[in-house]
Amino acid sequence: MGTTAVQELEKVVIKFAGDSGDGMQLTGTQFTGTSALLGNDIATFPDYPAEIRAPQGTVAGVSGFQVHIGQTQIYTPGDQPDVLVAMNAAALKANIGEVARGKTIILDIDNFKRKDWEKAGFEEDPLESGLLSDYHVIEAPITSLTRTALQDLGLDNKSITRSKNMFALGMVYWMFSRPLDYTERFLKDKFATKELIYKGNVKALKAGFNYADTIEALSSASTILPADMEPGLYKNIMGNEATAWGFLAAAEKSGKELFLGSYPITPASEILHEISKYKHFGAKAFQAEDEIAGIVSSIGASFAGDLAITTTSGPGLALKGEALGLAVMTELPLVVVDVQRGGPSTGLPTKTEQSDLMQALYGRNGESPVIVVAAKSPADCFDMAFIASKLTLEHVTPVILLTDGYVANGSQPWKIKKIEDLDTITPHDADKNMMNWQPYERDTNSLARYMVYPGMEGYEHRIGGLEKDGITGNISYDPKNHEEMVKIREEKVQRVANYIPELEIHGAQEGDLLVVGWGGTFGSLTTAINQCEVNERSVGQAHFSYIKPLPKNTAEVFGKFKKIVVCELNNGQLVNYLRAELPQFKYLQYNKIQGLPFRVSELTEEFVKILEA
Amino acid sequence: MEKVETLEYTYKDFASDQEVKWCPGCGDYAILKSVQKVMPEIGVKKEDMVFVSGIGCSSRFPYYMNTYGFHSIHGRAPALATGVKLANPSLSVWQITGDGDALAIGGNHFIHAIRRNVDLNILLFNNRIYGLTKGQFSPTTDLGHKTKSSPQGTIDNPFNPGELVIGASGHFFARITDTNPKMMQKVIKSAAEHSGTCVVEIMQNCVIFNDKVFSDYTAKENKIDSIINIEHGKPMLFGANNEKGLILKGFKLEVGIIGENGVTEDDILIHDAYEEDNTMHMMLAKLKMPIVNGVIRAFEDETFEIRLKKQVEEIERTSKFKSVNDLFTSGETWEIK
Repeated sequence: MGTTAVQELEKVVIKFAGDSGDGMQLTGTQFTGTSALLGNDIATFPDYPAEIRAPQGTVAGVSGFQVHIGQTQIYTPGDQPDVLVAMNAAALKANIGEVARGKTIILDIDNFKRKDWEKAGFEEDPLESGLLSDYHVIEAPITSLTRTALQDLGLDNKSITRSKNMFALGMVYWMFSRPLDYTERFLKDKFATKELIYKGNVKALKAGFNYADTIEALSSASTILPADMEPGLYKNIMGNEATAWGFLAAAEKSGKELFLGSYPITPASEILHEISKYKHFGAKAFQAEDEIAGIVSSIGASFAGDLAITTTSGPGLALKGEALGLAVMTELPLVVVDVQRGGPSTGLPTKTEQSDLMQALYGRNGESPVIVVAAKSPADCFDMAFIASKLTLEHVTPVILLTDGYVANGSQPWKIKKIEDLDTITPHDADKNMMNWQPYERDTNSLARYMVYPGMEGYEHRIGGLEKDGITGNISYDPKNHEEMVKIREEKVQRVANYIPELEIHGAQEGDLLVVGWGGTFGSLTTAINQCEVNERSVGQAHFSYIKPLPKNTAEVFGKFKKIVVCELNNGQLVNYLRAELPQFKYLQYNKIQGLPFRVSELTEEFVKILEA
Repeated sequence: MEKVETLEYTYKDFASDQEVKWCPGCGDYAILKSVQKVMPEIGVKKEDMVFVSGIGCSSRFPYYMNTYGFHSIHGRAPALATGVKLANPSLSVWQITGDGDALAIGGNHFIHAIRRNVDLNILLFNNRIYGLTKGQFSPTTDLGHKTKSSPQGTIDNPFNPGELVIGASGHFFARITDTNPKMMQKVIKSAAEHSGTCVVEIMQNCVIFNDKVFSDYTAKENKIDSIINIEHGKPMLFGANNEKGLILKGFKLEVGIIGENGVTEDDILIHDAYEEDNTMHMMLAKLKMPIVNGVIRAFEDETFEIRLKKQVEEIERTSKFKSVNDLFTSGETWEIK
């Protein structure tokens, strides 16, 4: 580290941006991992094109990774980067609008030739046009310096050029006083069999670090002190990974094997990848021939006694609709995870949205109620996957867990849980001593039926998608029986409200404005409310993890505020559900449908507007 | 599944208390009876049997079996059966399906189940018509056949189920008629004994919407000359006095009459159901007149669930994570005090 004094910062937002082949996701995750080990609180947001390799040098092909680190609690990846690393002209073009004036921009000057900026869609040279005059710009010849540093290693040109992301990372490490050892260890492991490439990457990393020191890339290097977090052992976790782990934990805790029937789909596939690794934990990941076979194989596995789940995104949930109705009708435990993305149809596969709520609640034929819950952050995916499993096994009815592209791909420190510290899960199985067991006999409190599984002697029975008699399960077309069964299935879901936590209010406990949200917008909304609190407004926040059924005290909470605004990344879905469920309140709504998360600034602006109206 | 030497079951033990509701005269009754008769002989406990189905007349079948049963949704039973078997490989899993359920709406699941070779027994009731929806043409309806939805005759080419099964790299395919209960029982038993996905096509008469569709084969006066019942290791002979048989002429199967045109007994092909190469099985499956009945292909290979088990053992041996807790604390962690 140079001789410059190190300045302490409370938090910083850094965005790495380059061609989709430039390794920006890797660069971002490395900076994240290093900072996590230093004890910073973190939130990340990868932003990449749907195409695997979009045309090089164009705005469509820009891949970005934003990371927010701080010594205070961090709830979002940050509105605007304090530092933008742009590996080419297109990366600058795509991101300059996000960077506030006065902030730092690092450019790989080697990729700002005329053909580069023309391809990026600039009409004149961005370095000359005055576009960057209000920024602190570091023009670094990253590509050529990497080449020079690595020229004697005997690496081929392609491998040398591919190491430039490590040079850029080295620079940023110096700027924020990060040690290199985490990334060195990572590279050693990743290139265990490719000694030369490992050496090249480490050399580029160090060269970048030293270069930043030499040019004193910032007026002084900065650091972010460890965050004030709850004591415990932490690791950095991504949302989809946390979802997978939550299910592994639930299987272990319930004494069941896990069965995942799934079909690859963006942005949910990582859950399938993750569970596929751990077959020896009694976790069977079955990649089916399509979305329908994914859920139906899970229904079969549930019938045979496994903790059964299926994972998908919006288009897949649409395909699974009929089969989910079968699980509702037969009353089998099943968790469906929908990692939401922009829709309808193929929509925006790599962008986030909260537009499947209505589909989750109502998107099936007939009266087909399921429990609907949502995860609010990457680490919360673990808890909600666990809770969804607990609810489905104990209440013997399907559960939909909604996450979204933003929480699924984002990462955050996760306080490591041990199996023994988790809540119990008691599958609602028939007691071997139960006299005259009947397939649809119910627990009088929860209305859950008692499960038996093939292999149990004397309990042979048949179930199916036809309406059934309320006790024996035999086919019944009796009009009154059907009406009763429809009402029982709904009531069974409603009674789950007796087993879930009440809705909490964050911020002001009563007053002028209640900000309501659900799922992945938690971080943005919380940060915005915290800022309003600072402004001494009586603003409270209620965030729904449980959507169907609603927590029992929902009306009581709503009644404590003069105004209610429901904020969602869709055209107004929770708000309309609330208008139907609790029509006694007046709801304002704030919606964004751009495939992007809320910015804190646009939220606070909106809240102030509502308060002053 | 737990194999037991003798189980004191009779066919009545496999009849549920539900009233059977197929149309009088339906071929399904004979199939149900045959299955109930075979079950006591396969050495599997009743509670270890699961019958699953999709939608259609045939798919009501599980309600009539006093075993575990699941009547699911249209076309998806192969996926459901796969889930049941993978969750509990010790179960004997049977799928009952029809030509619409298996080959139209469920075509994708059908071929992929076959490709994977999970140990399932699929009984395909082929009546070449949609019965439950009252008389539309199916994927196996003969070209030109007039039905409610093809008043001028169908213009789409039908599937031959055997061709589809073998084309999808099926390991076991057999064909029988609902009019020959003895043969039905023998073939269903063979399927039960074979590990891997077995498809048994049953030419089944729909007395209401497609009556006598198979009479070219099954009518008393026709069956002697139009059906060859084949058995592994035996010459493929037929006719009133077994005077006719299958011979190979160039790359084609033909019927030869012993003693005519220089055909001798030695020219008659011997059936090899266990051969890995499916070329001859495909030719047998495709033959239309006479039609081949019996076990056409029964090539034993490792099943999907055995491979899965091997993978689990391999991971158990090599993984650095012995428990879920190991996994959770793996990688880079840090402590906050």
